[in-house]
Amino acid sequence: MSASPSSSSGGLAKAILRKPLVIGSGLVLIAIIVLAILAPLLSPYDPNVSDLASVLAPRSPEHLLGGDGSGRDVLSRLLWGARLSLLAGLIATVTAIVLGVPTGLVAGYRQGAVDAVGSWISDVLMSIPGIVALLVVVAAFGTSMPPTMIALGVLMAPGFFRLTRATVVSVRGELYIDAAKVAGLSGFRITFKHILAVVITPILIQASLTAGVAIIVQSGLGFLGIGDPLVPSWGSMVNDAYRNNSMAPQLVLWPGLAIGITVAALALLGSGISDVLNRTGSGASSKAAKGARKAVLVKDAQRPASEAVESRLVVENLRVAYPVADGLKEVVHGVSLEVKRGECLGIVGESGSGKSQSAFAVLGLLPSDAVRTADRVQLEEVDLLKVGRRAFDKVRATRIAYIPQDPMSNLDPAYTVGAQIVETIRAHEKVSRADAKARARDLLEQVGINDPDRTLAAYPHEISGGMAQRVLIAIAVSCNPEYIVADEPTTALDVTVQAEVLALLRRLQEARDLGVILVTHNLGVVADICDRVAVMKDGEIIETADVFELFADPQHPYTKELLGSTLSGSEPRSRVGDRAPAGSASETPATEGEER
Amino acid sequence: MTRPEILLQVTDLRVEFGSRRWGKKPFVAVDGMSIEVPQGRTLGVVGESGSGKSTLGRAILGLAPIAGGTITFDGRDITRPMPRQRRALSSELQVVFQDPYSSLNPALTIESILAEPLVAGGMSMSDARTRIAGLLDLVALPKDSLSRLPREFSGGQRQRIAIARAMARDPRLVVCDEATSALDLSTQARVIDLLLDIQEQTGVSYLFITHDLDVVRHMSDEIVVVNRGRIVERGAAERVVTDPQEEYTKRLLAASPIPDPVAQRARRAAA
Repeated sequence: MSASPSSSSGGLAKAILRKPLVIGSGLVLIAIIVLAILAPLLSPYDPNVSDLASVLAPRSPEHLLGGDGSGRDVLSRLLWGARLSLLAGLIATVTAIVLGVPTGLVAGYRQGAVDAVGSWISDVLMSIPGIVALLVVVAAFGTSMPPTMIALGVLMAPGFFRLTRATVVSVRGELYIDAAKVAGLSGFRITFKHILAVVITPILIQASLTAGVAIIVQSGLGFLGIGDPLVPSWGSMVNDAYRNNSMAPQLVLWPGLAIGITVAALALLGSGISDVLNRTGSGASSKAAKGARKAVLVKDAQRPASEAVESRLVVENLRVAYPVADGLKEVVHGVSLEVKRGECLGIVGESGSGKSQSAFAVLGLLPSDAVRTADRVQLEEVDLLKVGRRAFDKVRATRIAYIPQDPMSNLDPAYTVGAQIVETIRAHEKVSRADAKARARDLLEQVGINDPDRTLAAYPHEISGGMAQRVLIAIAVSCNPEYIVADEPTTALDVTVQAEVLALLRRLQEARDLGVILVTHNLGVVADICDRVAVMKDGEIIETADVFELFADPQHPYTKELLGSTLSGSEPRSRVGDRAPAGSASETPATEGEER
Repeated sequence: MTRPEILLQVTDLRVEFGSRRWGKKPFVAVDGMSIEVPQGRTLGVVGESGSGKSTLGRAILGLAPIAGGTITFDGRDITRPMPRQRRALSSELQVVFQDPYSSLNPALTIESILAEPLVAGGMSMSDARTRIAGLLDLVALPKDSLSRLPREFSGGQRQRIAIARAMARDPRLVVCDEATSALDLSTQARVIDLLLDIQEQTGVSYLFITHDLDVVRHMSDEIVVVNRGRIVERGAAERVVTDPQEEYTKRLLAASPIPDPVAQRARRAAA
């Protein structure tokens, strides 16, 4: 069946295998493994045979790395020692995985009593001091390596248990698990197919680190003289080198290097894999971004001086780009817009149209790797392209405010609502805490919160989404801004709450003569509150018009298609996807925008 | 015209989410809802967040704890099915969730995702491949999608994949839980078309759960309006939307802005 996790996570595996760090450390590890396997063939001497003539012998053609304190060939011991070290790492890691992963899967998936018992055992194991436990095992089972490494594996199993359990807990609420249940899969199959596929990569990372730790611990025990004296190990080689340190200091080099390189390769392999996992999309090269930003500054400096002072926010030829593997990818292609005081401009478009990027660019809130260029961004008399970062922050704080889409994630759950409003006010103005609090209370009343004192004292999780959006609007207007940029301010809200928030925005806009840029995908919201509308598609504004004109007589085919997609007033159960006007390109299914 | 046979009947359903601590009152998410879904028809369930509409759907699918009432599917009581019965039911009762991002396992290829319900139902992998090709056709996705991972697809395409998975074993009822809510307007329109096409071709019934009045009116034969765990109004789709009887339905309709500035502002002025 092709649905096994290993074959199906092929895309990720490919991405991991493209990473130089992973390739490099992987090759080193493979080389070490091959050398260890071939040790009986490659070693020039028996690693345990002493030759008095070779005691502390220097490097020579007969003994490439010389001889040790007992006259044994160092190279041979190094190769044989690799077998023991790698085997030690393998035994400990496999033990830890075998004990930790299945129990973690079951504990995370079933939760309840299984989870409680598993976590309790794991906690107990973690509280056992490792070295003491290992010495007890040595005392009880003798000095051979496997029992100590199995014991070490047991001690390290809680790491895997916790990792697996945490990953499972985070995915068990995902809808695809529910979908699998509805599809009739048994709990066992869901656990071992869906969930294991997700936890396998973090487990690989943990395994590479565990193996490294096991090799170090095993070497440490060997150095202490705990181990079968007839089995060569890197640890006992270090011990031998230590005893002969004054006469042959170079002896410590070889086992030291072997241990270091092996453990480092394991650690780098782990971190290489986790890098690929944690990489955020673009694979951005900040160098490219910096170069481009420099170019922008030059271009800005050459710009002619700004024109007369106007009471509006003007953006001309705004471009936003992000660094990708080969250069820059532009997502906003030369957007120009303006909004006057007391006016509401709607930017409407579908996801990926660049509407939010444009709004964030005006606010200067783009991610740090974004490259923004414009011929002009002017807030009344202030040229926002010319002012420095701090001045821009001040403008953003006092003259342009921002209302985000998701109110809940924009409030800090650790502080009360009141503390967050007071903090904002005090960050911008020198007022006493008591005055700021009075202002906060007043603001909450203005945004229509009936019981402001209770809301001030509440934590974000204690208030509803609509209430949270009112709070954010209160924060936005707390510094008496002239302009507001609102990014999908009602999208996360219920329709009745949306109506209230829109009414509030309209009231504030009229009372304070605010210029509002409202980014939305909802044509109903546009029709309700906007005076003018800019329609965006693929990073460009394709049409800007008065709201009544736009709905009555759309010019661009895409605007027509967009208006045609609304279901309001549609014939029930009719086809709407191809209801675009005749002659428009959208009638052929191949142009389906989402498929691009 | 003969009235179509009732496929799903839910009677006086209660769902409670108990607190672990004793003596604390459980939260009642669904407080005595009764619905009927006829064969080949669509019942729309509309309400706001916290109304219990999604919990109703999840209870029918066996994903929420049922405290009371009965659920009958095609004459069989499925209120508390045994695991074997639940698995048998999975060929007839399916689901399309809202979020096309979390409803597909990111680590599995499209082929594995679509094969899963088929293989779980005892189909051989080679038969499943044939069926999967047909499914891709049904939801108009390119053939080369099979070896790709969910993240290589847009939201609308992912929702098509989720629909294909739901349709894999020719179910008789599909619960669509906000199936179009996360999509762009034009994408939503195409997914709605797809759902209607499939219904026409296969005669599947839908339980269409959404907060969007326009969508529910467009999709449904009948609508129930839910609020705080209870059904406040029910009736033919067009009637509920054009002539609401209950205060809550009226409020809901009035709050939903009309995408037409003239009509919307006239309504606002009147309010």
